[in-house]
Amino acid sequence: MTNKAFKGLSPQEATARVEASLKQRRKKEKRFRLMGLSAVGLALTFLVILFSGILTKGLPGMFQHYVQLDVVLDKARLDPQGDMSDASLFSGDADKIILEASLASIGEEGGRKTKKALRKMVSSGGSQRLIDFVKANPELMGTTQTIKFAVDDDIDSFLRGFIKRETPEKDRRINDFTIEIVDKWQEAGLISYELSDYLFFGSASRDAEMAGIKGALFGSLLTLAICVSIAFPLGVAAAVYLEEIAPKNRWTEIIEININNLAAVPSVVFGIMGLAIFIVTFGMPRSIPLVGGIVLALMTLPTIIISSRAAIRAVPPSIRDAALGIGASKMQTIFHHVIPLAMPGMLTGTIIGMAQALGETAPLLMIGMVAFIVDIPGGFTDPATVLPVQIFMWADFAERMFIQKTSAAIIVLLAFLITMNAAAIMLRKKLERRW
Amino acid sequence: MENSNIKTTGNVFVENPRMTARNVDVYYGDKHAINDVTIDIGEQEVIAFIGPSGCGKSTFLRTLNRMNDTIDICRVEGTIALDGQDIYAPSVDVVPLRARVGMVFQKPNPFPKSIYDNIAYGPRIHGLTKSKSELDDIVESALEKAGLWNEVKDRLDQPGTGLSGGQQQRLCIARAIAVSPEVILMDEPCSALDPIATAKVEELIEELKSQYTIVIVTHSMQQAARVSDRTAYFHLGDLIEVGNTEQIFTNPSHQLTQDYITGRFG
Repeated sequence: MTNKAFKGLSPQEATARVEASLKQRRKKEKRFRLMGLSAVGLALTFLVILFSGILTKGLPGMFQHYVQLDVVLDKARLDPQGDMSDASLFSGDADKIILEASLASIGEEGGRKTKKALRKMVSSGGSQRLIDFVKANPELMGTTQTIKFAVDDDIDSFLRGFIKRETPEKDRRINDFTIEIVDKWQEAGLISYELSDYLFFGSASRDAEMAGIKGALFGSLLTLAICVSIAFPLGVAAAVYLEEIAPKNRWTEIIEININNLAAVPSVVFGIMGLAIFIVTFGMPRSIPLVGGIVLALMTLPTIIISSRAAIRAVPPSIRDAALGIGASKMQTIFHHVIPLAMPGMLTGTIIGMAQALGETAPLLMIGMVAFIVDIPGGFTDPATVLPVQIFMWADFAERMFIQKTSAAIIVLLAFLITMNAAAIMLRKKLERRW
Repeated sequence: MENSNIKTTGNVFVENPRMTARNVDVYYGDKHAINDVTIDIGEQEVIAFIGPSGCGKSTFLRTLNRMNDTIDICRVEGTIALDGQDIYAPSVDVVPLRARVGMVFQKPNPFPKSIYDNIAYGPRIHGLTKSKSELDDIVESALEKAGLWNEVKDRLDQPGTGLSGGQQQRLCIARAIAVSPEVILMDEPCSALDPIATAKVEELIEELKSQYTIVIVTHSMQQAARVSDRTAYFHLGDLIEVGNTEQIFTNPSHQLTQDYITGRFG
């Protein structure tokens, strides 16, 4: 100490200085807290905007307009061969019967103009619906039944007010004559607005009123099943090996860096790789859940490895010591103690990885899962599409009703994701052990 | 190392040794942690390792059941034998070795399982029992030997982690006893316990002495004086002095030992 003049502060002086600095400190603390609060607030606001936007657009998409018609179930015409087989039913006159029923609904014999308009007003899926109804209730054959048919998407848009009456006829997708018929239906109380059964039980369709997500949902489930059954065991095994068995040297360090890098690779690159390896080299078919699942498994593998390693590292070393200390082998220590204790963390990582895979579009586009597939996939090698790709495709269509269907499908996807994340949290809470 | 020529004073040998260590050196990478230690551990005796922090007493203890194997950079030279058999011989498997030389750690570390499963784990993995009733007997006798039976007999299915610190440590001792070891290594078993729990553990050591050889590392010289028959004083990786506990504490022959036990450092 060279500065002899400075003898230090007396306690009183020190107290005074501390108090003087307190104000500044408090101010800083307050500012910091405010910044944090506003960041959280901003994030929440965006979330609310996002969700309210999707909900206001998507909830109407879950409903659609139906018209109820009194259909004469004439056995001879519906089932010409009389054996109720698909071939017989589809060769029958279902379309014509519906047309007659719609003519009856407006109380007209019907000229060519009326018939032409009416044909376009009931969804073209009507005949399928009628056949399904007859198949489910063969005993009603010969009677007259009231059946609800979806209206065409243009009529639906008109009823929702997207197509306006005031618009000049030539700029409108439906003409004045059609609007007259709709008015008649409404006066007779035949139009109803209900939860759309096509959305949940239908498959991809060019007709907006018949488009549904069932096929895509099954495709997603099949793809995820492949993904989890590959990624989870591989990821956990890799994590256990790297954490518990592998020596810590330059090689394992290089592997670790590469796994971390792999987690940052854009997903579309995995898609191209899947295309090059599984489809081009191995000659696997395109658009199947098997290839999609493998590609997504490769994509989520780093996520699972990283979170599993963190979970393993969080197992206290004292537990390993305890097991080794009474003569458990390395394998026994790992399988009896480390893995069970790390399992909640591993599962959380896996479910988050799966949620990520569920929402993935780009890599699946690369392997052809964007194809227009009407059939519901029945197995891992059936052509399929998945929910996010379905949304992507619908967003591309021009019809007004697809906008709502897209939002409705997004709601389903989000509900799926939220359920998965909730499952992850519950699983972790349930399996978590304290010590 | 500058003090590598230190010779151990006192009598390192005993008549009926259970374990023998001859010229043991331990290295952590380049660091020379234990320097040329030779010592016998007698049958049914309690031997205490004392010394200041970082003197290598815990390291040496962990070489006795090869717990140091879990540290990649650790290297052991010299010979350590259990009943005349070199435990570092290539043919020796650490699994049966650790069943014969059990260990109790500094911090109580019961498994996050039931009290019963904590004790039964060792006998199960080693296949010591043929039936459930035999296993029940082992669990009961181990808990009884550890003086814990009366406290926990009604809640064997409750988690071992729910016990108090002292009870947890006795549970860990019972877990080590359950596989019927010959030697029990204790690495500062009471450092995380309060005086009452410590007294209980010390009492337990006194009782276990008749059946097991016990090696205890301790920071408390009073504890060493209370529980041990022989005491070994370690200093900076060297074994300075070994002798009967009474002699070490009343009449140490080496200056460093004297300085330590009189509290001049450490």
